[in-house]
Amino acid sequence: MIFQSSIELLKFHNVAYTIYAVMIISIIAWFGYNLTRKEKVPSKIRIPFYGYIGFLVIGGVGHHIFTYNTIPWVEQDMKRAEIKADQSYKFEVKDHKWIGLPKLPIKVKCNQTIRFTINSKDLVYGFGLFRKDGTLAMQMQVNPGTDVNNILKTNDIIWTFRHNGMFDMTSTEYSGPAQYSEDGKDLMRVDNFLEVTGCSNGGAK
Amino acid sequence: MSFVNNLINGTNFDHKSLNALQKVTLRAVVMSFLFFGLVAIEGMIMKMVQTGPVNPLPKMFNHPEHYFSIMTVHPIVGIFGSTYQLVFAAFMFLVPFLTKKPLYSVKLANVVWILITVGTALAWIAAFVWQYAPLYTLYWPLPADTKQFKVIGGIVFIIGVALIMIGTLGFIYNIYATIFQRVGVHKNKTTKELLISGFGIDGMLNLFNKLRGKQPYTKEPALSLPVVAIFRGTVDTFLDAIVILTAGILVLVYLVFDASGHPLNVAAIDSLLYKNYFWWGLDLVADGLVLIYVAGSWYLLATLITGQKLFMENVARAALMLELLVSWMVWSHHLLADQNQPEMMKLISGEMVTAFELLTQGLALFITLVTLWKARPLKMTPPLAYLLGGLIGFGLAVPAAIIQADMGMNRILHNTQWIIMAHVHIALIVGLYMTLYSALYVLWPIVTNNTKMYSKKLTWIHYWLYLIGGVGMGAFGGMAGLDGMLRRHLYIHGEFNPLMVFAAICGSMVLIAWFIFLFNIVMSVGIKGLIGIFLPAEDKSASYGIEPETVAEEHKA
Repeated sequence: MIFQSSIELLKFHNVAYTIYAVMIISIIAWFGYNLTRKEKVPSKIRIPFYGYIGFLVIGGVGHHIFTYNTIPWVEQDMKRAEIKADQSYKFEVKDHKWIGLPKLPIKVKCNQTIRFTINSKDLVYGFGLFRKDGTLAMQMQVNPGTDVNNILKTNDIIWTFRHNGMFDMTSTEYSGPAQYSEDGKDLMRVDNFLEVTGCSNGGAK
Repeated sequence: MSFVNNLINGTNFDHKSLNALQKVTLRAVVMSFLFFGLVAIEGMIMKMVQTGPVNPLPKMFNHPEHYFSIMTVHPIVGIFGSTYQLVFAAFMFLVPFLTKKPLYSVKLANVVWILITVGTALAWIAAFVWQYAPLYTLYWPLPADTKQFKVIGGIVFIIGVALIMIGTLGFIYNIYATIFQRVGVHKNKTTKELLISGFGIDGMLNLFNKLRGKQPYTKEPALSLPVVAIFRGTVDTFLDAIVILTAGILVLVYLVFDASGHPLNVAAIDSLLYKNYFWWGLDLVADGLVLIYVAGSWYLLATLITGQKLFMENVARAALMLELLVSWMVWSHHLLADQNQPEMMKLISGEMVTAFELLTQGLALFITLVTLWKARPLKMTPPLAYLLGGLIGFGLAVPAAIIQADMGMNRILHNTQWIIMAHVHIALIVGLYMTLYSALYVLWPIVTNNTKMYSKKLTWIHYWLYLIGGVGMGAFGGMAGLDGMLRRHLYIHGEFNPLMVFAAICGSMVLIAWFIFLFNIVMSVGIKGLIGIFLPAEDKSASYGIEPETVAEEHKA
């Protein structure tokens, strides 16, 4: 099983966690009920202590092994320095404004891998791509560097687009109220930032 | 008794019968719950704004300066003004209660609650008057950004936070000074023995000796398990206070230079390095002292409610030590979306060590449940019900965070409502506060000299409203996070409705629950009693002597 897009992963996560939440609430409620019944309820299940510990360890570590093998962007992100992207875009952000954006929308063909490199000249920002329905496709933090030794931190991310769709972009990190107009409009939001075409498996994923 | 008479005089509460320790405990508890009300109102304002044009609030709450000022002080008031106060009050009472020794200094305990109250009020004023809004994360260089914020607002805010941290250091000193006092049962103990017990080394040695088939290192550890948890958690409280204090000094230096007309270069500080330092300290609250204090509180409540020994006590002692070590190495899970953060730190600290919190907290949950199970049948009293609510809270909140502390999941969940609602709010509102309510109801007769609660019915109404509201708000907020709703972003058009409407309804339940709780308490102690709590105690003694065993009798079915 490989998740082809973040939306698939979010749906899976939503179902899995909901089942877990219902389960843990039910177990504690059932426990509370049996704990307070007038007659002493016999133990029906015996959970071995060290078996339980093993289950927790496997659950904690196994979760990461599962995601490493099913979420394609994990390995890609860790090895991004060695990966040659199909297209690369570099721009800056300062005073809550994006500087040097490429011609928009960025046109991406299906399954192309894109590298975004962003420098902040003042504050900590974020960089996030959103589908038209508001769901988050991916994001990263955009940290400024120090100019004492003339080091400007580059924040880069690579992403492979596997579904058609138009994406909007905005800062995903709070950088002060100046990101918004007085009537609450997000001034850093760039509508129709990137468009993916050529996929045969539907759009906006 | 008439309503008015109850309101003025309470049930049978007599503040004159309270000793100095009881009074200082209740003072901090009163301030804590007043701040809880403030934080609940702030939270509701933000929730209402998120519901969009349907909300009846004046438009000024939609303004970014106003909205983010509230978001900045919301955690300061909630975590420090309310939670820290309540936890510190409980522990400054419990350590003397459990060790049968007097509190080192009641005067210092008074200084602690006053400093935290004044500090929280100053931070709140800075946001309210000058709209200083760098958020609690204080990501460098935002707190020193005088283009967006007024210098005076920043200075007042930082002084406020500094006072809270100085108060925290006072609490720490008082706790350790009490533990290391060689009086009473510890008259013949050496500092080394108390240290070994405090760090849980005796528990580890007992386990080690058992594996080798030898006699236990000690049959009766010098410190009881809840005191060990307090001892251990307070190490993290200290480290956290130092980090926040030093970060505050840094911000203050920049602001003062700016005010003097000689601004310093903010780019001289590396923001990623600062983030690592600040998150290391801040995370000692979330993943350190809270989890350790909570585990200790569960163990205490389970033993007080059942009147029996804790299941697998030596393992629990050793696990608390593991929890302390784990809490020092997990901060990188906050930096998984920072591309400059070294990958190995993300992998080891952010993912693998963080996953151990599932083990330590799962262990605490298991030990508490088995201890309760072995003592069945029990009566469903408010302390037991709230304890089970607390277990549900952490049972939901810890896995929600472990899921996100993963490089794959973090890419799509970082900074969304998932982490702040499904994890933080459920952990705090449901997990931590329900545990604290349980402790409050257990300790209520001891701290108030058997004052009768005005209404049991109101206690249960509070319980259900609070539990359903807390879980519901976290769940709907978490779902909005999965739909892409960011946590530090302004939404004023109801973009994530109907989820935000449902979350607001659940949030209202929490707020109403708080009103009911407060009403029940005021009607129990009366306005005269409430004022009397703040008057000097006639009995200056700093200890209290009811045997813990008497508490268990009330829970026997």
